[in-house]
Amino acid sequence: MNSLSRFLVELQDISFLFWRMLRGLRKQPRYFDEMIRQMDSIGVGSLAIVSLTGFFTGSVLILQAYPTLEYYGAQSSAGQSVAITLIRELGPVLCALMVAGRVGSAISAELGSMVVSQQIDAMRALGTSPARKLVTPRVIALVVTLPLLTVAADVFGLIGGGIIARYLYALDANTYITSLRAGITIQDIIGGIIKPIVFGFIIGLISCHKGLTTQGGTVGVGKSTTDAVVLSSITVIIADFFLSKVLQGFFGNTLF
Amino acid sequence: MLETETMTQPRTSISPVVPAIEFRDVELAFDDRVILDGINFTVRRGETKIVLGGSGSGKSTIIKLILGLLRADAGTILVDGEDITNADEQELTEMRKKIGMVFQEGALFDSLSVYDNVAYRLAEEGIDDDEIEHEVIRMLRFVDLEDAIDKMPIELSGGMRRRVGIARALVGSPSMVLFDEPTAGLDPPTARTICELAIKLRDLEGVSSIFVTHEMNNLRYLSSEYAIVDGEGRVFFEEEGDKLCLINTKVMMIKQGDIIFDGTDEELKLSNDPYIHRFITGR
Repeated sequence: MNSLSRFLVELQDISFLFWRMLRGLRKQPRYFDEMIRQMDSIGVGSLAIVSLTGFFTGSVLILQAYPTLEYYGAQSSAGQSVAITLIRELGPVLCALMVAGRVGSAISAELGSMVVSQQIDAMRALGTSPARKLVTPRVIALVVTLPLLTVAADVFGLIGGGIIARYLYALDANTYITSLRAGITIQDIIGGIIKPIVFGFIIGLISCHKGLTTQGGTVGVGKSTTDAVVLSSITVIIADFFLSKVLQGFFGNTLF
Repeated sequence: MLETETMTQPRTSISPVVPAIEFRDVELAFDDRVILDGINFTVRRGETKIVLGGSGSGKSTIIKLILGLLRADAGTILVDGEDITNADEQELTEMRKKIGMVFQEGALFDSLSVYDNVAYRLAEEGIDDDEIEHEVIRMLRFVDLEDAIDKMPIELSGGMRRRVGIARALVGSPSMVLFDEPTAGLDPPTARTICELAIKLRDLEGVSSIFVTHEMNNLRYLSSEYAIVDGEGRVFFEEEGDKLCLINTKVMMIKQGDIIFDGTDEELKLSNDPYIHRFITGR
């Protein structure tokens, strides 16, 4: 099979998985307990790394942008510049990449090991659909928690930027906050929430698909884990571009 | 000898005429590699079919086809008289309730305790907790593992894992049980225990089964011993001989996707086929 047809087959498999997952939501049993457990391990478990990522991203944005802003005498727009970059782009994307690395790999490795040790076969033999029992709770948990994690990353990023502006460049805190509030529009916030919802689907479906199609023993588990992280990270970055374009179409190309 | 509780629940009434499992000209290939090349066989009710064959001969594939985990390319598979070849996932789920499956390494769910593993099928069906507990304890007693009820699979030895796997397969009293190399990698006494469980199921519960293996010890136990219960409910194993000759155990041998032998163990030993001879004697 050449790489194009392989890509199309994978795309078809992922679409089927998406469909089965959606159908899994409609039917009993719905595995709410499992969903809550996954939200805890995915959401709460990722909070620390996502907050740290956000904090230092916000900090470095101010660190690099402030001298330029100062050159043009636009220091008072420091808050606005970091807010727009973070909330529109870096918050959702970096958060999704961190979660893809931490959670996508875990999902794919767990499901892959279950395939290799025949636990998935056993589950089907015992009358349970793996899509419903394993995929649906994980994808839903990602879709619910990723926007929340993104908000956490955004908030910590703004705090980080504020601290650097205040203590490294001696910018007045009030100026920073005023510029933040002036810079953020409701469209930015809505766009910044819609993106992680889509990214949640992407990471969840790709990781589950890669895990469930693991072949070739323990080596296969390693391969599908790597594939899951690489593929979901790349897809997130590509999808971000197109999503941004679509959102611009909806909200208008608002610049400051 | 073993003193264990036998299963007492009545099984669903079934016509003795309809075979438990029937394959008609079943073919399967992955890309260019032929796995099964038009095979035909029948497992009658209450019969144990021992499937012999080297690694990669297609033994385990047969079991996956019966469960609907794989689809055949051509031919017909009948389970309990029903054609499952083109059944959808929902029909397959219903069909799977009649079948218990014992996997090679047990395939226990790592994240669940022994209790939850055995209870899995009933919990999924939404049965109430008291009933589940009763059934789980009954099954763990059948495989002599009541003490391990709260352990996690990681704490169990290989043999114990297989026995928990058997207990899990037997929950819900299936009328058919499929064993996929249940004794692979076990020491001889533990392997013997697994075979004894299969014999008990055959002789005391009337379960039809397919027992995939490549170990000659298993063949000897299953085709020459039978289980009886004395007045106090204790189970004994006796060798066939003058009193009784086992007719409920058949042997089938597969080589590269073809059935090269289907008959009794006595006929197998008399076979002139050089491959069979080498398989039995190891030379």
